[in-house]
Amino acid sequence: MASDGFYLGVDVGSVSTDLALLDSFGNLLEKVYLRTRGKPVEVIQEGLKILEDKYPGIEINGVGTTGSGRNLAGVVLGADVIKNEISTHAVAASKIIPDVRTVLEIGGQDSKIIIIREGIPVDFAMNSVCAAGTGSFLDQQAARLEIPIEEFGDYALKAKNPVRIAGRCSVFAESDMIHKQQLGYELPEIIAGLCEAMVRNYLNNVGKGKEIEPPVVFQGGVAANVGIKAAFEKELGCPVHVPEYYDVMGAIGAGILAREYILDKNKKTNFKGFKISDFDFKTSSFECDGCPNHCEIANIYENGKLIARWGYHCTRWEAV
Amino acid sequence: MQITFPHMGDMVVAVKALFQELGFTVVPPPPISRKTLNLGVKYSPEFACLPFKINLGNFMEALDRGADMIIMGGGCGPCRFGYYAEVQEEILREMGYDFSMYVIEPGIFSNLRKIRESFGPVSARKVLSAVRLAWNKALAIDEIYRLVLLKRAREAKEGQVNKLYADFLRKIDETMSVDRVKRIKREYREILEDMTGAYKRGIPLKVGLVGEIYLVLEPFVNLEIEKKLGELGVEVERDLYMTNWLLNFLHLRNDGKLIKRAASKYLDSFVGGHGIDTIGNTVRYARKGFDGVIQLGPFTCMPEIIASSILPAVSKGEGIPVLTFFFDEHSADAGIRTRLEAFVDLLERKKVQARKGTGYKGEIVYGQ
Repeated sequence: MASDGFYLGVDVGSVSTDLALLDSFGNLLEKVYLRTRGKPVEVIQEGLKILEDKYPGIEINGVGTTGSGRNLAGVVLGADVIKNEISTHAVAASKIIPDVRTVLEIGGQDSKIIIIREGIPVDFAMNSVCAAGTGSFLDQQAARLEIPIEEFGDYALKAKNPVRIAGRCSVFAESDMIHKQQLGYELPEIIAGLCEAMVRNYLNNVGKGKEIEPPVVFQGGVAANVGIKAAFEKELGCPVHVPEYYDVMGAIGAGILAREYILDKNKKTNFKGFKISDFDFKTSSFECDGCPNHCEIANIYENGKLIARWGYHCTRWEAV
Repeated sequence: MQITFPHMGDMVVAVKALFQELGFTVVPPPPISRKTLNLGVKYSPEFACLPFKINLGNFMEALDRGADMIIMGGGCGPCRFGYYAEVQEEILREMGYDFSMYVIEPGIFSNLRKIRESFGPVSARKVLSAVRLAWNKALAIDEIYRLVLLKRAREAKEGQVNKLYADFLRKIDETMSVDRVKRIKREYREILEDMTGAYKRGIPLKVGLVGEIYLVLEPFVNLEIEKKLGELGVEVERDLYMTNWLLNFLHLRNDGKLIKRAASKYLDSFVGGHGIDTIGNTVRYARKGFDGVIQLGPFTCMPEIIASSILPAVSKGEGIPVLTFFFDEHSADAGIRTRLEAFVDLLERKKVQARKGTGYKGEIVYGQ
């Protein structure tokens, strides 16, 4: 293994913030999976500290960020590449299973499908009007039933005859689950029914009109749920692979893209170093009163200095 | 009489000139803002499409500024738009607004009679000169905007083309002479055509825009998708322009034949709105070698829903990636941006791979 430089991928999502440390060949060395808890900057700093403690003094040659918090993470870290989560997930899946043709990804609040042919993403879709069947909803149901989320899927596997749950909408799905519970159906049958309903919902909404062909890879936080995996296999009629690092694929992809960028352009990284875990980051926001759009402008400060600003639609606040 | 009308892209400049030249006072609605949207959403039926809601918001804001005559499109179709003016009038009256409304319906002679009744006698010479001025302004705007859509991808400084276009629009708006309009158009055409610098992404990528006309023409409702594509370094082309639509509407051009022929393999009947145009133009763009097509429509738009369910077959048959966006008042900027970025990445990888002629080995670099 070459030791002359590492790459860092950071995926700041709605539910989790993941860091992936890659070696100089782009292989995963270490992953950190943290709950975002609505504090993306603190969690990034926490993640860096964990990596630094474990690998003191390592040199980072490139940084990539992705996820809904990619821009924030990008300015905080000094990223070389800021990429959307569809591209990073596709790249990571292709790296780990080179002949992959379909990527199913279900995260905390979004779900997507990526169709890949000969290593190139050729089509994709992302949930737009509805988040039924994503990780947040499963979290909520597990909490309501007082089952640890890690065991949720195992319950589903115990079912013999899954009941049919209305999966169109997460609110109605919950009502329907309560209804079925009150009729006396057993928990495993209901949970299995929920998994099947969510898979149906996903395939009808996100997967609509897409050519789902094996090999199929299932990744994102929800891929931990063996019940959903089994429901996918039943519905698609083919095996579904869950990669070993299914929960940090976005971060891996961001790291791979950062590595490609640095090597191809022969660039030096913008990474500010592990010292930023001790920096003081502050955010503030205000509503602009310049026109009836009332843009909500956010400022990002690093040690008291303004480093980024966004949320505007015109040129009035283009200061940084 | 103080005339107003709904916004649709930058056409306010031409429509305003038309009525001013005819001797009327014009009170255009203020530029569409979140306030317009909120007003429209609050007083519209929830299931009406986004254009309806924005129109209504435009009318309210213009009436509040003193307008008392609304000009609105009508017609029998091509979708439920034909019924919008009536419903909007009723809503506004129920809210207590006092105004007259002129709805442009098909039929030249009935319109001429109605215009006389509503606006009083106007000399034919005046009408001709007003139409000439407005038409020249409209042509100039569309011609320059066509270039704007291409040149954003190769501007040297971020936002340079947007600034040029804003200056151009202001100048066109200020002048009331056809000769000046033509001169300004020439001047800006030359500046834009001279922008032949390197592409922001390193390689040229071209996307065709198709879909429902209002969503394509009005940047506020499509969350400035053309500007976003320009920022990503993508050239944009479309066939939907106000002047183009009018020429076809008045049978002075017949793009319909071309579009129908191109669509025929996938769709051979009129499905309302711009459904068949969406299919036909996607096929045409694919055959012209465009890298991708983006379809835009308002949420619940029947013709575009039909088209979107046919597009996967077109995409496969013609080998062109297609991305669809349906917009309503809930559409969020971040979601659109993520999908656009991913789509452009996809087009880029596809093109780079085609150029290399080899399979992806994990060494192709994404543009920043």
